[in-house]
Parts: sequence; structure tokens; C-alpha cells
Amino acid sequence: MIALLVRDIRLAMRAGGGFGLGLAFFLIAVVLVPFGVGPEGGLLGTIAPGILWIAALLACLLSLDRIFTLDYEDGSLDLLATSPLPMEGVVAMKALAHWLTTGLPLTIAAPVLGLLLNLPESAYYWLVVTFLLGTPALSFIGTFGAALTVGVKRGGLLLSLLVLPLYIPSLTFGAEALRRGAEGMANTVPLLMLAGITLGTIALLPFVAAQAIRINLR
Amino acid sequence: MELEVADLACARGGVLVLEGVNFRLEAGEALMLRGPNGIGKTTLLRTLAGLQPPLAGRIGMADEALAYGAHADGLKSTLTALENLRFWARVHGTGEGEIGRALEEFNLADLAGRPAHSLSAGQKRRLGLARLLLTGRAIWALDEPTVSLDAESVRLFARAVERHLAGGGMALMATHIDLGLAARALDLTPFRADPDRAGKAGAGGADGAGAGRVRVPHDPFAGAEDLA
Repeated sequence: MIALLVRDIRLAMRAGGGFGLGLAFFLIAVVLVPFGVGPEGGLLGTIAPGILWIAALLACLLSLDRIFTLDYEDGSLDLLATSPLPMEGVVAMKALAHWLTTGLPLTIAAPVLGLLLNLPESAYYWLVVTFLLGTPALSFIGTFGAALTVGVKRGGLLLSLLVLPLYIPSLTFGAEALRRGAEGMANTVPLLMLAGITLGTIALLPFVAAQAIRINLR
Repeated sequence: MELEVADLACARGGVLVLEGVNFRLEAGEALMLRGPNGIGKTTLLRTLAGLQPPLAGRIGMADEALAYGAHADGLKSTLTALENLRFWARVHGTGEGEIGRALEEFNLADLAGRPAHSLSAGQKRRLGLARLLLTGRAIWALDEPTVSLDAESVRLFARAVERHLAGGGMALMATHIDLGLAARALDLTPFRADPDRAGKAGAGGADGAGAGRVRVPHDPFAGAEDLA
């Protein structure tokens, strides 16, 4: 299974692999906000947690349909399904590879972009914490959506429609925990909810997604 | 080691295409699946590979004994030939030494460092076939393995199959060309499902396979002949 993880990361890093895609989108989306909203520091600082979370979510969405579609088209998914690897493990490794090439770079880039949004100083710690706790859920939910739509020609739109509503809890609790943390309020409850969603998706969705793929391969 | 298929019925896209398929394959044997386009050769192979469940019947073989080779080779175009094979070797837990042998066997050693997208169609196919050697599995179930291979590569492939059979392996191939192997042929035409019964197939597949329907008894190997 480690072989699959290594292969997916290597494929993402190679030309045309889409490694920088999500990161570049995140960068551009966040950089555009100050231009659109205006340079007023107070307002920017207030909306920064929400903007960062929404931009991260959309950046994550961009690369989702690559997770299984490419393997489906070149036949690797059939071969993986007949290999000794359990499909649940394949799904979990794919989601992990997606997080390592999307969620983790976003987490690292977010504090830098926080500067542009005049994010309060107290918020940087919580920004990294909420991203680390929340973005794995985005990858696992997205992998589940990708599994449902594998085999659908140009299923990107369908995938977005399926996945975006499922991202709402992570967005709500992630942005809320960040906002409260930035303002020095207690944010244990939203943080725990965020972590709970992430752990729940990691525990359950690989099984559901594996079943969806088995059905889609028939 | 053997593969036994008894009274198998399989469907494609919800439509019953084959029923009552019976055959048996012993170690060292090869079987060529024959039949016109659309008869269900690919469907049968996918069912045997476990990619879709059979509607009825039984497939008797050891777990994880079958290596499936589809129309698509499952190659990653940005990885080199060697990296592609190394991935599948690691997935199947095969040693590094086997990779060199597989490259050698399909005359790919000179191309090992080339990215798969720069290979020709025939070279890609050879790389896809080399993967079979790394699965370490006894039954090769291959769908049109010789597509886009030139005469020399077909001979390479036939030799690889012969060696596999000599080592106690089995091969099941849907192919239209003569590989020069001593293999039986199984024509799937007699197993074509009656489309009128297709609607009922999903519900009552096992109980009434053939019940109430006049069916000409046939020996699945009646038309079999030694192709060599």
C-alpha cells in the first residue's frame, strides 16, 4: 500500500500531475480578496478566517476528480481491484496522497497568506491547528465523492455538487474555531467537532467509497 | 491448481449475455475464448477476475490466483517503464530481481528508462504483458493480449505463455489470432443468453437456469481442436 502512496505522490509531482494546481488556486483566490474588499484593515482581519477556509475548500475541490478518473481511464483501477490490496486500503491511500499533495501544502501556505489578509497575530497558531485538523476531512470526503462519480464522463460538476454540501460542517467548525481562537475566546467545542468530523470520515468513508468503486467497476 | 467454471451466467450493463458456461482448466493448460464481437468474452473474463459478480453458477479456484490483463494496460504515462513495473511488483510483493527478468523476456530492457508516454502502442502492450510475470499468479486471464503487437512480439508473448504453462500456470485468452500454442478453444456462441429471459435473470438466476426452456445439450468442447 505504501507503493501506491509513493506512486500517487510521484505522479502528482511529475509534469501535469496537478500538484501545484490547488496551491496556486488558493494563492490567487486569497490574493484577490484584498483587491475586491478594499484595503481597510479591520474589515479584512474580520473576514480573513472565513476567506481562508472557503479558499482552501475550493482549492481542495479542484483536484478531486483526478483521484480515480485517471486510474479508471488507463485501466489501473481494474488492475488494482484485482490486486492483493484491499479496495478500502487503496481508497485510504489515495485520500492520504491527496491530503499530502493538497491539504498539507495549503496548511503550510495559509499563514503566509494570512499576512495579506491582515489576520490578527493571535490567529496564526489557530490557523495552522484548524487546517491540520480539518483538511484531512476534505480529502477523505472528496475521495468518497470521487469514488461515487468514477466512470462518469466529465463528472467534475456532479462531483462538486455532491461534495460541497458535505464540506459545510468542516467549514463551519473550522472557520468558527479559527475566529474564536483569533479573538481569544474559548474554541474547544468547535475544535473538537472539527476533529470529530475528520476522524469520523477517516474511519468510515474508505469502506463506503470502496463499495462505491466496486459497484462502478461492474 | 485448477480452474473450474460451472453453469456460470454473467451480465453486462444489466443484460444477461452468457449462461450455462462450463469449462475446466488444469495446471499447464491454455484455453482460447472464441466467438463473435459482443458475445461476452470480456464480460466472462471480468467475471472470473472478480470485477463483477456472476448472476449464477460457480467459479472454483484458489483465492488471488488470477492475474487479469485488460484492453488497457494500466500504465502511468509520466512514469518510466521500470517505475511502472516496479509499482506492480511492489503491489504484488514480487522481488526486484523479477523486474529485470520481465523486461528481458519482453525485450524491453533498452526501454526501461523511457517514460511510458514515449513508447509506441506495441511497446506499451509489451510492458503491460510484462506486468503479468510480476503478479506471481497462476491463472492469466487476458483480453486480446496481442492487439498492436507485431509478429516478433507475438512470438515473444507466445514463448512467455509457454514458459508460464510449463511452470504449472494456466492461461485463458480471448484472442482472434493463432499464437501457435497447444491450446484448446472454447467457442462461446452456444452459451449466448436468450435476451427474452434477460429481465428475469437477475431475480431467479440460480433456480431456473434453463428450466422450461428447450435447450440443445452440448458438449462445451465439441468444437475444440488442437490449434498447434
